[in-house]
Amino acid sequence: MKPYIALLAAALIVSNSLAETSTFDFKDPKGVNNVTFTLDAPLESISGTTNGISGTITLDPENPTEVTGKIIVDAKSLRVPNAVMQDHMLGDGWLDTEAHPEISFEVSEILNRQKDGPSGTAEVTGVFSLKGISKKITAPVKVTYLPGRLADRTGGSTEGDLLVVRTTFTFSRSEFGIKPGENLDKVSDTVTVSLAIAGAAPKN
Amino acid sequence: MKRVLQFTAAIVLAINLAWWFFAGANAGWTKTSVATMKIDAITGIEYPVWEKRFVPGVDFIALGATISGLVLGIAYLPNLYSKKSS
Repeated sequence: MKPYIALLAAALIVSNSLAETSTFDFKDPKGVNNVTFTLDAPLESISGTTNGISGTITLDPENPTEVTGKIIVDAKSLRVPNAVMQDHMLGDGWLDTEAHPEISFEVSEILNRQKDGPSGTAEVTGVFSLKGISKKITAPVKVTYLPGRLADRTGGSTEGDLLVVRTTFTFSRSEFGIKPGENLDKVSDTVTVSLAIAGAAPKN
Repeated sequence: MKRVLQFTAAIVLAINLAWWFFAGANAGWTKTSVATMKIDAITGIEYPVWEKRFVPGVDFIALGATISGLVLGIAYLPNLYSKKSS
């Protein structure tokens, strides 16, 4: 009899822990989710954006000790204010988006969590992939959990929760094979990336 | 002919500078689209809304000045007038 009780208890614990995790989908039909990137340059900073973002993150929003998921950016959707500059940026000399259509960040670990009401900060470690090169990076994130607010966003058609994630981090373009050591007098090697995205976890 | 070319060069430069000035005197590169930032009321996320708009920059002035300079240069070509006089 005892083994059955232990098994039942284990099943209850597992189902309880599964019930607490939610998967947030970051594909945003409203086009609000966005990534901005900035490179310093002599005349003016080169700055662009994209809202071609997709991916999911699974975590317990109330107690995010473990996080899994991947955020994907469609590299071809990156946009700068000048059409010629955009063609150069997406072309094979710079990002080569034909060969490398995705930029991604796969979350592997969450550290130094600090909660402040519905929001919290942490350091997220994961694998950042760009132009076919993957490197482990750590980025500071601010997360805001908005339970029951998905209905406000969908005009009441879908019930669920929202998770807002914000982060800013930098990387060296040379380390990702983007004209390493070249054009440093025209465009800085350091790229600053800011991400502001909201994921939706619908409830049935 | 020389006067016409000089006048054309001056007009090209004037139109170029006036266009740049009245389009916002953008001290950066020419823009073919402009992002306006908005805020999503529910999530508080600030996001860009792009619109196609031509905003001339310093490269536009450089192009206008080059064209103007070329026209002015043609005005002072010696062959242009030697052919005329012959």
